[in-house]
Amino acid sequence: MNSTGTGEAILSPHLISSPAELEALSEKLRKQKDPSTKTVRVCIGPGCAAKGSLKIYDLFTTAAEESPENMKIDSKGVGCHGLCERGPIVIVEHGDVPGEIFYQQVEEPDVAEIFRETVLSGRIVERLLYEDSTTGKKIKSSKEIPFYKTQERIALAQNGLIDPTSINDYIATGGYSALAKALTTMNPEDIIEEVVKSGLRGRGGGGFPTGRKWRSCRDAKGSQKYVICNGDEGDPGAFMDRAVMEGNPHSIIEGMVIGAYAIGSSQGFIYVRNEYPLSVKRLGVAIEQAHKLGFLGKNIMGNSFSFDIRINRGGGAFVCGESTALMASLEGRVGEPRAKYVHTVEHGLHDQPTNLNNVETWATISSIINKGGEWFSSIGTEDSKGTKVFCLVGKIKNTGLVEIPMGMTLRQIIYDIGGGVKNDKAFKAVQTGGPSGGCIPAQFLDTPVGFDELTKLGSMMGSGGMIVIDEDTCVVNFAKYYINFLRQESCGKCTPCREGIPQMLYILERITHGEGEEGDLEKLETLAQLLADASLCALGKTAANPVLSTIKYFQDEYEAHIIEKRCPAKECRGLFSYEIVPDACTGCGICLKNCPVDAISGEKKEPHLIDQDICTKCGTCFEKCPFGAIVKV
Amino acid sequence: MKEGLVKEIVDCYNGDQGMLIPMMQDLQAEYGYLPPEELRILSRALDIPLMRIYSVSTFYASFRHAPKGQHEITLCMGTVCYLKGSKQISDTICEEYNIEPGSTTSDRLFTLNAVNCVGACAVAPVMIVDGKYYGNLTPESALEIIHGLDFGSEEEDTEKTKKSMKEVSNRRSNRE
Repeated sequence: MNSTGTGEAILSPHLISSPAELEALSEKLRKQKDPSTKTVRVCIGPGCAAKGSLKIYDLFTTAAEESPENMKIDSKGVGCHGLCERGPIVIVEHGDVPGEIFYQQVEEPDVAEIFRETVLSGRIVERLLYEDSTTGKKIKSSKEIPFYKTQERIALAQNGLIDPTSINDYIATGGYSALAKALTTMNPEDIIEEVVKSGLRGRGGGGFPTGRKWRSCRDAKGSQKYVICNGDEGDPGAFMDRAVMEGNPHSIIEGMVIGAYAIGSSQGFIYVRNEYPLSVKRLGVAIEQAHKLGFLGKNIMGNSFSFDIRINRGGGAFVCGESTALMASLEGRVGEPRAKYVHTVEHGLHDQPTNLNNVETWATISSIINKGGEWFSSIGTEDSKGTKVFCLVGKIKNTGLVEIPMGMTLRQIIYDIGGGVKNDKAFKAVQTGGPSGGCIPAQFLDTPVGFDELTKLGSMMGSGGMIVIDEDTCVVNFAKYYINFLRQESCGKCTPCREGIPQMLYILERITHGEGEEGDLEKLETLAQLLADASLCALGKTAANPVLSTIKYFQDEYEAHIIEKRCPAKECRGLFSYEIVPDACTGCGICLKNCPVDAISGEKKEPHLIDQDICTKCGTCFEKCPFGAIVKV
Repeated sequence: MKEGLVKEIVDCYNGDQGMLIPMMQDLQAEYGYLPPEELRILSRALDIPLMRIYSVSTFYASFRHAPKGQHEITLCMGTVCYLKGSKQISDTICEEYNIEPGSTTSDRLFTLNAVNCVGACAVAPVMIVDGKYYGNLTPESALEIIHGLDFGSEEEDTEKTKKSMKEVSNRRSNRE
């Protein structure tokens, strides 16, 4: 029984000082595992944990501890597996059953059955398997599930497989071999050349070529250079970076050490969002372990190169995801961005050359070093290479974390992987790029995903949020949500952003309250242009995207609000009315009793009626009706 | 006020002015908020004007300047939670307890924080009560959870304080 706590016993008692030693350790770890060992992997990623998987993990661990001496059972808590919709997810590997057994929606009472049937006896518990909604067939292995079938995993490759608190797990699956290769067989220039060749572009949203950034930073003059990992994942509706930080923290550290070696830096920082305490904990454990084996600290792997990483927690400010604001925050100051014509690769943190990359970018580096830049650039499209992790959320059947090769179409992602719109409602749009992005309507669903393709549509790649909205979502209200978000998060340094965004919000408020006026759309567009032209940082420059893209593709919906005072999605209160469907009404009288303005009349057991002249459209009757007899019209 | 605490915190970051934010985070972990007197001591210890300390502490949403309630409720207002009705949940709680997001009930039973996305979109709308996640909420089920909160016994309180003290000391020993 292998306990998977934070204080795991590290096999090698001394520092690893050569690739041969690392290979020997990796080999030893792989051999050490008895082939008859049964492995239970419980997903304790954010989605599953919220559904109670931590308790399930505890139960499996206790059961494993209490099992007979001769049974070797390994219970692991692993990072996000992706299909959050069907969590908690439990995967069992049993020598007698080929492949893995993928159980979904596991609840506490199921643990005993899984343990007795599958772990101890090698039998499958059919009812907990995934059922294909079209064929009705039960699927045993995750690889056969449509959600996983077309995905291609690089950054997430080990997520859900290894125990994030175990460096042994990471090393056994080839971890730190890229670092060994880089330090012993490549010089810094070779590494940068390999990254340039890979065509990797920054995964945080900007899409700047990573190799070029590294080279500029290497070439910049300065005695102390810094590398930073941006884990301030602020886009609402996105949790890719969280999943990597919590599911495979060593992959980020390995990437950073390689990057630091290539650039010539001795100090790194990981800036983690305040709302992610578990990420801080996991990264902290991983850094400590990496120190113990000599992957961090002085003379890494016997080389003269030294490097250390410090974790900083953010303070809860969205703008700190912007590189210059993040650096200000690292210096203990207010997180205000500065003008970018002075490049951070030359004058960044403490005025020294600084290279900042996103979590996913760092996590991709080790694969590029191991398999080569050419391999990476063979995946994806002309301008966007490799794979990208997306958070597929909103009104979608299979909410979750997906990694796909660039160039896959939005339709494939939303329908083939995501399973389509929830409750079979009509698709309205997909929002990408977070508050700086825009809404993409149905007619562009066949667009291949790539940095430039999405920008052309008035949206952007962003960090990887992909939020599906259906016919019941009002786009005006949706745009208002983002503008309100940005109003709260604007740092207030420059006037266009500080004053322009509240003005846009004010106009949108009026429109959604039925007080829109002709000319409002033009005013919004003028403000948007002003923000784009005159704001200092990307937060302000892109702030109008949610509004502009929705005006562009859903102008009729804006006009319905402004001219007809009607909300087609029936979401803006007061811009639609309620009616009782006589056939569905049982005359129970609940609506009549609850109506605050006595607008409803009717005899008992007879269909009731709403007097539209008295009705204030408060919606109480709609919420209270147990028969769904009240509809929005 | 805890004697010497600020000095201890400042020392474990070697008095580095750039570490002002982590220092205040440690201070808040200890008290649950940033007491004015401690900030004054911090200002003297680091030789940073008090004005700058306040400019930083009021800029970042996670710093609190008033004591928090017995329980901490974090309501996610991220995009997906919003699409699935978190605004209605927030409105319902605020109306029921006569508070605003970010404030504490008058009896200090709980503090309500509204944050932008906790990264658990799969179970939206989400609320975190004292670190425990509750997903797929409705205004009714959220209220029901909050109705179940009480002040708890004193014992539990002491346990909690002990635990937080231990965390801080662990953090310190980790740095050393």
